[in-house]
Amino acid sequence: MIDVRHLTKRYGDLTAIHDVSFRVEKGEVLGFLGPNGAGKTTTMRIVTGFMPASDGTVTVDGFDVFTDSFEVRKRIGYLPENPPLYAEMTVERYLAFVGRIKGLGKGQIPEALERALETCGLTEVRHRVTGNLSKGYRQRVGLAQALIHDPPVLVLDEPTIGLDPRQIIEIRTLIRELSGERTVILSTHILPEVSQICEKVVILSNGRVALEERMENLATGHGTLEEVFLRAIASEHGPEAAEAAVEEVAEPSAPPEPRP
Amino acid sequence: MRNALAIAGRELRAYFVSPIAYVVLTGFLLLGGWFFYNLLVRFSFLLQLYSSFQRSPEALDRLNLNEYVMAPLLHNLSIVLVILVPVITMRTFAEEKRTGTFELLFTSPLRVGEIVAGKFLGALTFLFLMIGLTAIFPAILLVYGNPEVGVILSGYLGLLLLGAAFVGIGLLTSSFTENQIIAAVSCLVALLLLYVIGWPAETSTPAVGAIVKYLSIVEHFGELVKGVIGTRDLVYFGSLIAVALFLTHRSVESLRWR
Repeated sequence: MIDVRHLTKRYGDLTAIHDVSFRVEKGEVLGFLGPNGAGKTTTMRIVTGFMPASDGTVTVDGFDVFTDSFEVRKRIGYLPENPPLYAEMTVERYLAFVGRIKGLGKGQIPEALERALETCGLTEVRHRVTGNLSKGYRQRVGLAQALIHDPPVLVLDEPTIGLDPRQIIEIRTLIRELSGERTVILSTHILPEVSQICEKVVILSNGRVALEERMENLATGHGTLEEVFLRAIASEHGPEAAEAAVEEVAEPSAPPEPRP
Repeated sequence: MRNALAIAGRELRAYFVSPIAYVVLTGFLLLGGWFFYNLLVRFSFLLQLYSSFQRSPEALDRLNLNEYVMAPLLHNLSIVLVILVPVITMRTFAEEKRTGTFELLFTSPLRVGEIVAGKFLGALTFLFLMIGLTAIFPAILLVYGNPEVGVILSGYLGLLLLGAAFVGIGLLTSSFTENQIIAAVSCLVALLLLYVIGWPAETSTPAVGAIVKYLSIVEHFGELVKGVIGTRDLVYFGSLIAVALFLTHRSVESLRWR
């Protein structure tokens, strides 16, 4: 479904990601792991067509992100790190607007809206202004926005960051429910999240793919995910960086990455 | 087009849920009313003065509502637009970049042209509403006097074209930055410059003089206010709007590559 090949992105002299390749099959949930600054957000932004890569290709459902950008964007629901909300709009109006710019017809919107509100548990706050919602609700509106046009592919950038434990569980449950038919890429630096939701894991370290493996293969023989993650990071940076990375991973309330 | 309308609609609603729309509308109409009142008082003063000169009735003939009330009113309103249009347009792109909603627009199946057209339409609709509300002033003149309607309409066409060009420039400066204040100030400076660029027309060499005179926006606006709708002036406004929107399109497109 998603095929990323030899992706490289340079910002001036800085190489954010280097020769990143991985595949996600239809219906799979991919956990995208790595310490802060490893290039997760950059990769996701390229996959969603937000920005072009310096080198390499991405195809989604057979369409190239660079040449058939429109077809790809129609098929992807994207939740960026900060939910892209217009603070002055009500939840309902906002979702209807997103539906329209995602290409839904006027007649399709009411149904899509109800479905998204229902799925994300937003029915009670539908008339409230998004700027006044709690962080947890805003994150859900972000998810609803990604789902409104019923896309076959979901790209979620740290969907549980900054939420309290109860909200984290809710969002995780929601993602698991949503996965079903859909292909999902989920970035996080919380390891238990991956073992709970994902079928496949890609570990990114310093802009390179350190590991790409299915979860069931990891379960047999490689030790726990935490050990695998440590080894993957260590081979790139040396043991000290790995220690630091694990401390970060073990701390669920780590501060968010600064936006580039 | 459908997408552009969706964006324009959202943009227009955003003006009216924030205080910006109300502050700008109130300020514009308040100043407009003040200008109108004073111009009328001056007109009636001149009327009485000239009627007392029995020997020169031709002076009285030259006194008319178009030239003495409408023309200065439209010129004054155009200066108020120099200050208020930057306030209307400053948030268009800057705000989207700051809050990250740009990421939503860029990952939706939208063309950059549709985004720019939507923003332009939204801001333009608001501007037209603003200018439309000042129609109360010529309406009063029509009820109590007999100004020439054609000249008034031509003047309003000039004000709308001038406003549209200002909005285009405002969108451009807003697309350069994510700071609304910087967007507003740079737009204000650009508009003022366009206003005063004709100043050296009389003192410099004929060639330079002709160029700066052509570039000066008041020069072309003034013709329309006088009631002369010339191709030259329409082409000037048309190309100013087109260039501003084209550059905005390029600037927004380039955000992807940065």
